[in-house]
Amino acid sequence: MTCTEFLALLDDLIDDSVSSETRIVLQEHLRGCDHCEVTLNTTRKTIEIYRSHEIYDLPTDLRERLHAAIMARCKKGC
Amino acid sequence: MSTIQTVAGELEPHPDVALVEQARAGDVSAYDTLVRKYDRQIFRIAQHITQNREDAEDVMQDAFLKAYEKLDQFQGNSKFYTWLVRIAVNESLMRLRKRRTGKMVSIDEDVETEEGSVPRDLADWAPDPEQNYGQAELAEILRKTIQGLPPGFRIVFVLRDVEGLSTEETAETLGLSVPAVKSRLLRARLQLRERLSRYFRRKKRSSGTGVEK
Repeated sequence: MTCTEFLALLDDLIDDSVSSETRIVLQEHLRGCDHCEVTLNTTRKTIEIYRSHEIYDLPTDLRERLHAAIMARCKKGC
Repeated sequence: MSTIQTVAGELEPHPDVALVEQARAGDVSAYDTLVRKYDRQIFRIAQHITQNREDAEDVMQDAFLKAYEKLDQFQGNSKFYTWLVRIAVNESLMRLRKRRTGKMVSIDEDVETEEGSVPRDLADWAPDPEQNYGQAELAEILRKTIQGLPPGFRIVFVLRDVEGLSTEETAETLGLSVPAVKSRLLRARLQLRERLSRYFRRKKRSSGTGVEK
């Protein structure tokens, strides 16, 4: 397996949607390729960081204000 | 409620279905519950797309109001949340286009880019690299980095990886094919990874040849 072939399956590997046979081939490649191992680990980390950090927070007062505005219009039938 | 939950099978209807039904029948408080359940996600998606706080506020209001008006059109063959996200994405893109008059804003165009196809920056990252930054600083890095992606990549990454929609739901929401979503997701992930490497890479012993873009 080449690095390009590995990369084509990177998402499926990360999303855990590869067959067990393919997984074995991918793992085989990883054992001999630091490049792809780093790519896999840091890509996983990228997703994890974005998932676990709130970068656009909705402050409580703004949330309540928007919520009140929405519900007032809904009660009037929009 | 508790008796329904004990059934715990796939056949159990999604709790939103009952709330939508009640809201359709005129129970505003049921809709109130739905708004509270999803307002943060909708606001976040709107911010990611418009990159403007005021627009995101408007999108959030408009999306929930539009959804309320169109509640009768909600088919129930997709999740309420996915349906709502689709409305919010469309509203967000409209705002984005308004702000960028003259500039094309499309999620349909497949952006050809070399970046992300083959990873160039192979430096490994420090363990738990985010801990080297304060909360505010880290948030700024993450914002700046994701804002640099083309909109079509950014939206796919946000829906799929941040908001947890499936590939199929993301495709349906954006009106893209599943292969198009997959291709964009891969490139979005790789581009973000490469850009974050500037901040998270392991410090090298000699920094003489560090090629930074």
